[in-house]
Amino acid sequence: MIETEGWHRTAQVEFPIVFVAWLLLMPLTPVDNLEAESAEREYVWTLNFGPQHPATHTTLRLVLTLDGERVLNAVPYIGYLHSGFEKLGEHLDFNQYVTIVDRMNYLSPLANEIAWHHAVEKLLNIELTPRCKYLRTILAELMRMHDHLLNLGTTALDLGGFTAFLYFFQQREHIYDIVEMASGQRFHTSYTRVGGVLFDVNTDWVNRVRKFIKEFPKVYDDVDRLLTKNRIFVDRTKGIGYLSPEDAINLGACGPVARASGIQRDLRRDEPYLAYEDLDFDVVCSKGGDCYSRYLVRMRELLESLKIIEQAIENIPSGPVNIAVDSDMVLPAKPSVYRSIEGLIQHFEVIMPNKGYEVPREQVYAATESPNGELGFFIVGNAETRAYRARTRPPSYLHFSMFPHLIKNHQLSDVVAVLGSINIIAAELDR
Amino acid sequence: MVELSVLQQKFGTELVESSFRDNRRIDVPAAKLFDLLSSLKSDHGFDMLIDLTAVDYLEYEGATDRFGVLYMLLNVTSGERLIVRTAVNMPDPKLPTVYSLWRSCDWLEREVFDMFGIVFEGHPDLRRILMPEEFTSFPLRKDYPLKGRGERHNFPVITRAGS
Amino acid sequence: MAVGLPENVFLTKLDAAANWARSNSMWPMPFATACCGIELMATAASRHDLARFGAEVMRFSPRQCDLLIVAGRVVMKMLPVLQRIWLQMPEPKWCISMGACACSGGVFDTYAVVQGVDRFIPVDMYVPGCPPRPEQLIAAVMEMQAKVRRTGTIMGKEFMARDTPMGPEPFESEERYRIQDANLVQLGGFSAAMTQAGLNRGAGKNG
Repeated sequence: MIETEGWHRTAQVEFPIVFVAWLLLMPLTPVDNLEAESAEREYVWTLNFGPQHPATHTTLRLVLTLDGERVLNAVPYIGYLHSGFEKLGEHLDFNQYVTIVDRMNYLSPLANEIAWHHAVEKLLNIELTPRCKYLRTILAELMRMHDHLLNLGTTALDLGGFTAFLYFFQQREHIYDIVEMASGQRFHTSYTRVGGVLFDVNTDWVNRVRKFIKEFPKVYDDVDRLLTKNRIFVDRTKGIGYLSPEDAINLGACGPVARASGIQRDLRRDEPYLAYEDLDFDVVCSKGGDCYSRYLVRMRELLESLKIIEQAIENIPSGPVNIAVDSDMVLPAKPSVYRSIEGLIQHFEVIMPNKGYEVPREQVYAATESPNGELGFFIVGNAETRAYRARTRPPSYLHFSMFPHLIKNHQLSDVVAVLGSINIIAAELDR
Repeated sequence: MVELSVLQQKFGTELVESSFRDNRRIDVPAAKLFDLLSSLKSDHGFDMLIDLTAVDYLEYEGATDRFGVLYMLLNVTSGERLIVRTAVNMPDPKLPTVYSLWRSCDWLEREVFDMFGIVFEGHPDLRRILMPEEFTSFPLRKDYPLKGRGERHNFPVITRAGS
Repeated sequence: MAVGLPENVFLTKLDAAANWARSNSMWPMPFATACCGIELMATAASRHDLARFGAEVMRFSPRQCDLLIVAGRVVMKMLPVLQRIWLQMPEPKWCISMGACACSGGVFDTYAVVQGVDRFIPVDMYVPGCPPRPEQLIAAVMEMQAKVRRTGTIMGKEFMARDTPMGPEPFESEERYRIQDANLVQLGGFSAAMTQAGLNRGAGKNG
């Protein structure tokens, strides 16, 4: 476990007089009455923030009650991107629904696919081949970096630092290239299948990943120097949006947000799936609980992910990437579909609605550690190759519901800092 | 690890345990739901509500109840998971809210209300959350069609000359 | 008899001069809702750099923009916002519909997603893809500039001619039957009235 620097530790040392004065005055200040009074004052403003606002990145809407620049209350309104994902999940089969799941958290599409098929494979009781496990692990970690890079970049952008965004986006383009080499699509890859992946990867791809691993730390150091000790950035994030460990548990925080509040929980370590058991990595935690800690946790997770990818790419086993074709659950390779009658029959067996394979009439919940936190899928099987109910447990949903708690009594300009630090993805939020 | 027998002593033998893969489920009648959940939280350390969702069993073969409501709980210290299931029926599906136990249920209950029309009594702010306020149906019920009933087309058209 | 012009004077039409200026200073309004928004970001970021084509001044206030880029799916709850933003933009203005969802609803043929923004606001350029690559968006912006140079007039006459909606019929026949069936089964009050209004509009256009 790694601990990053917590804000309260330094705050108390740096401003002892202010702190003592605050301690002395605190019993005298009737906090609750003050709030109730100020809410009634005439100059309380109501500010509508969103749904189309650049700092929300997508479609969030907040109605803020302001006393001067102090936020008294914030009421989030969501649903501006609700597109019926879960209803679609009841109409598409397990392989088709990957295309929809992709579009859920669009900063890390492959992580969603892996989570969805993780749940499906748990329902169908499929054990993946070792090569597929490693391949999916590498891709999941690449997606974690993908997500964190954009999140850190745009957080810096919202707080006035443009350079970090450009540096990090350059690295995202390299990850786009890697994903495109593997799957043929740059963004929404639709790469995983029940029991495997669409194509196997070749040595060129492995070399491309190795090149990325070699080049990335330099850019990381650059951005680290730009932001981590930058006076403006630190002042805008330290002590802002504090989330205590008790609140984090009660409000359902997970992933980097919970870890930044000191909750040592990571599904990769606690409930290992894919190849995480064989790999050596640290769970990054912080005691701070504020925006700066969340920034630090995400930055360190970039390096941890890089470490995982490095181990996995050197130890990726050879062998088949899909489970055996005669298990009746996996789609055969495309060349065999086009060139042999057996492959064609197998393909039809899998995709025809009234053929298919056996699905238990059961319910299963399975979760993976997505870049944003615990991304779970709850599937109800009904002896069909599609789900009777495909529920998503989106981390953004619970993180955004705690936003009023985080922003209370901060300044208006801190809204973007807090929004950036909890990384709300509207499509995952609204589904 | 919470033992079923301990819970049965407290809440009667109507509790049924089942498991599938690594999921452990306890079925409970709706009347005893809140007591069971608060006991699970205070006595057995399930301090996090991971997810709250519902299933509409209208077209499910062999189902006896219309809606199933699921509470997925997690004990953060030990990492133990438990799913508590209950059932509600038409025409008046309602359940007590668990807002006093886990504040994370705030939006989750609102979503279940929005999508299935299950009312959570005592919830501080039970409004529609994802669909517009004026929407009248409950989209995730099985009797609601995938493509809707034309709601997505009811907007004024702006033409080039008119703007 | 020709009178020679001085060296630094040249003649042109007023329309052409205005079009030249307009096409090279497009100020886009990124109406980014979903995945396409990230690709829009990529278009403006380091590798692809939209600034090379004279359209990099992203303004987040519709009152300062003349090119609306609708990136991502637009759902029922969001469409009134989109229409309002379009009405707030000053003339002359153009609209690019970026991505399959904005053009036609894409893979989201569900109750909540508007099946193409061109049913409800005017669209000048469609960019296919889910999401389109940044190169495609750059191509669309360049094509938009060419279109402005080709067809623009200083008083915006080309806009005044288009007084019918450009999008497809609001209801496909199959969908209309389904709605009628559904209405027979249940529904009352507000939703039914709304659906009826929608039906009438569709029927009027057919007849």
